[in-house]
Amino acid sequence: MIAKQVLSPLIRENPVTLQILGICSALAVTTSVSTAFVMSVAVTIVLMLSNAAVSAIRHHLPNSIRLIVQITIIASLVIVIDQFLQAYAFEMSKRLSVFVGLIITNCIVLGRAEAFAARNPVWPSVLDGLGNGLGYSLILMIVGVVREVLGSGTLAGFAVLPTVDNGGWFEPLNLMLLPASAFFIIGLLIWAIRTWRREQVEVPDYRLIGEPEKRRS
Amino acid sequence: MAERGGLLKRVLDLPNDDPRKTLFVAVSVALICAITVSLTAVLLRPVQVANLQREREAQLALIIAQLPGMEEILRSAGADSLVTRTVSLTDGGFAPDIDAATFDQRAAAGDPELSIELAPDSDIAGIKRRSNFAPVFFLEKDGRPFLTVLPFHGAGYQSTFYGYLALQEDLNTVAALTIYETGDTPGLGARIAEAEWQALWPGKQVADETGAIRIEAIRDAAGPHQVDAISGATRTTDGVTNALRFWLGDDGFGPFLDNLRSGDV
Repeated sequence: MIAKQVLSPLIRENPVTLQILGICSALAVTTSVSTAFVMSVAVTIVLMLSNAAVSAIRHHLPNSIRLIVQITIIASLVIVIDQFLQAYAFEMSKRLSVFVGLIITNCIVLGRAEAFAARNPVWPSVLDGLGNGLGYSLILMIVGVVREVLGSGTLAGFAVLPTVDNGGWFEPLNLMLLPASAFFIIGLLIWAIRTWRREQVEVPDYRLIGEPEKRRS
Repeated sequence: MAERGGLLKRVLDLPNDDPRKTLFVAVSVALICAITVSLTAVLLRPVQVANLQREREAQLALIIAQLPGMEEILRSAGADSLVTRTVSLTDGGFAPDIDAATFDQRAAAGDPELSIELAPDSDIAGIKRRSNFAPVFFLEKDGRPFLTVLPFHGAGYQSTFYGYLALQEDLNTVAALTIYETGDTPGLGARIAEAEWQALWPGKQVADETGAIRIEAIRDAAGPHQVDAISGATRTTDGVTNALRFWLGDDGFGPFLDNLRSGDV
């Protein structure tokens, strides 16, 4: 049960590639592995804590103010994380800048609070937060590795491909440093995962006239 | 305590759609969140301030280390030749009463006694209030400032940036420009804080022959006064231009620089 809750959001129910949530930050912070890593840790911690808090008060949460209470909790946690980064990881917090604060608007956090933590006990909610955090982290790290290696020729700051600037042969792909490249990489990931796991393919909402009807297998 | 516990229990036992319970939940969540956030902010504040201070000092050291020929001067003049003095922006002279080491320009800008409110049409840097004093750093050689480092700040696209402008002996040639703090969009506006863009500034002329401040960051830069703007970050780079023009102008260090040139201070 524990393993299933933590592992299933990694690929089978990945918040980024299946639910297409959290794309904004996945574009913004993945130019290097180190920023992607810190962002992943921050989001995972916020997810676990917010799930725990929302779950703890779930029986006393009036429906009329449910969402705003959840957002208040998430926002407070994000500010706390941001303050800690500014104090103990100052360089990193400068590079991540506004995107730490924008974890508040990361749909994964509110999505898990609404979909899971509001209806389940505390411990499973924490595990659900951990699993989804790790699922988000996995995608961020993959995108971060691809973008940093191809865009700067380095991996976590260490040179892996000698660039032309440093007398090597590798011409860095500047496209990889632009946010658009993260769209391509995530798109390719989604394509790969959905080719492997056909059940993730969505039924089209509309079909063009004359197009043969495809059934989900 | 028993009664209080009983009261809490009675409130919690109310149905969730009871307005009293809604109010109770809203207030207590807000209270707990507010306390958590304030406690974190207050407790971590000293560490954060120390970080910013270190950052500022590192930038100042960097600006000096990067200048050509600076090492020889430091070696011949002794490493402590960098002096900090407080300058009065009101009369353009030195303010020896104010200890430059402890003077906090940012705090002063918020203090009505130590700052003035800028009229909207003269506030081109978008800073609203200007402190009456500012620290200026000098690297001296034979008693004359060889390098003058001025702090400046201004409004970028969505944040205030802070930086230093180092002027050469003639007080007109840029020796270096650095921006050490900005909250603008990473990859776009925040690139003003990157060395690559800042490297475009040294050697540019601040003013033309008539003394008018001409320095600017602009597209397709040409000539001795212009530096290439960052594409996609027009408002941020315009902000840097405006901040430089403000701080070099009459409301900024203009009078002080004039005095320095004529030898009046």
